[in-house]
Amino acid sequence: MSQDPDLTPAASDTRPAEPTSLRLVTALSLAGLLSGIIIVSVYEATLPTITAYQARMLREAVFEVLPGIERIQRLVYRDGILVAEDAEDTDDEAIFGGYGGSGELVGYAIPSAGPGFQDTIRLLYGYLPSQRQVSGMEILESRETPGLGDKIYKDQSFVDAFRGLAIDPEIRAVKKGTASAVNEVDAITGATISSKAVVRIINEGNQRWLARLAVPGDQPTEERPEPPATGG
Amino acid sequence: MSKPRADAYQEFIKGLWRENPVFAQVLGMCPMLAVTNSAVNALAMGGATFFVLVASSLLVATLKRWIPRQVRISTYVIIIATFVTVTDYTLQALIPEIHKELGAFIPLIVANCLILGRQESFASRQPVRLALMDAAGMGAGFLFALLALGSVREVLGEGAWFGIDLFGPGFEPWVIMILPPGGFLTLGLLLLLFSWIAERRQRLAERLAELETQTR
Repeated sequence: MSQDPDLTPAASDTRPAEPTSLRLVTALSLAGLLSGIIIVSVYEATLPTITAYQARMLREAVFEVLPGIERIQRLVYRDGILVAEDAEDTDDEAIFGGYGGSGELVGYAIPSAGPGFQDTIRLLYGYLPSQRQVSGMEILESRETPGLGDKIYKDQSFVDAFRGLAIDPEIRAVKKGTASAVNEVDAITGATISSKAVVRIINEGNQRWLARLAVPGDQPTEERPEPPATGG
Repeated sequence: MSKPRADAYQEFIKGLWRENPVFAQVLGMCPMLAVTNSAVNALAMGGATFFVLVASSLLVATLKRWIPRQVRISTYVIIIATFVTVTDYTLQALIPEIHKELGAFIPLIVANCLILGRQESFASRQPVRLALMDAAGMGAGFLFALLALGSVREVLGEGAWFGIDLFGPGFEPWVIMILPPGGFLTLGLLLLLFSWIAERRQRLAERLAELETQTR
């Protein structure tokens, strides 16, 4: 596309005339459209693998936190009762029931989340209603400080402290080496905030779920302190 | 015909050493410091950046005739963002464990000025073949720098390399090396090392030139 030298004198090295806005809009729209098509196709292509992986990790975590179970069932809390529900497209909060070899209920695996030191910690813990104990804890997602806060899942002794941990009146994280009561865990040195966050997230999960997990007969009625009287 | 080949080779090799994006241009510092706490993370991050850089440069160099000047930067950003998103999903599907570790830094490749810089200063002005070599060289140089930093930090901070224990239980890991300060320390020391080697090489070249003129 050579330019007529008569029309642009002494400007043979300047750029071609300004393109119209229409051309600019078309170019950008085309780029956006192509980009959108590519992203959507890659998203569609990878989504099954990604969700399958997440579902598998969650299932493995359930078997990890509830030792000795043979079968699990997804449960949702709807209209005041727990019902079995496999479809994951509803917005209901879900937990998992773990059943033993003869079909008896062993315990529940409860997902819970809350703020950690840097970002939300998502975890799953097992709960045994018959013993009112936590049977295990697994961190699903966290971005705690490498080398310190990430010990909440890398430090085996911290993870093991959640096997057979009494939940009454509530779990407490105490200074390393001072855990004495059945409801206490040793906090990790240098990661007190992360350790306490894990404990708090489990306690919050208990507050939200325990009342809903009515197991007829062997569930002692929960004693709650009287709420402070509001003055005025 | 050997001239263009030598040119292409030069374009590749300059990214590795003389114009290394990290050690010479000091670009891409954010992922450099953030995800080099282990060698495998550094490798994944370097690989992802390499792919995005090469693919974007290829496309920009191919399409440069049809991209209007006034909207070129926006177009480059769209191209780069598309490849970054594709990389993000692919890594999440293929290596979910490492993708989890890298967290927000894969999407942030979009903001790596190394990539946009190569499009604006090189790929949009050069033939496709040279642009490809330039991108490959810069990508490899970035990967090399990340891997160097990640290896030093993991070896000192965890006593391991690519997760393989090196020193046995007697080694007390130097935890600060895998924390943010360790990133700055290691980067500073590597920059020092790089400048020292570069200066020595220059002195040597000067001496050689001097000798040559004397003998003449």
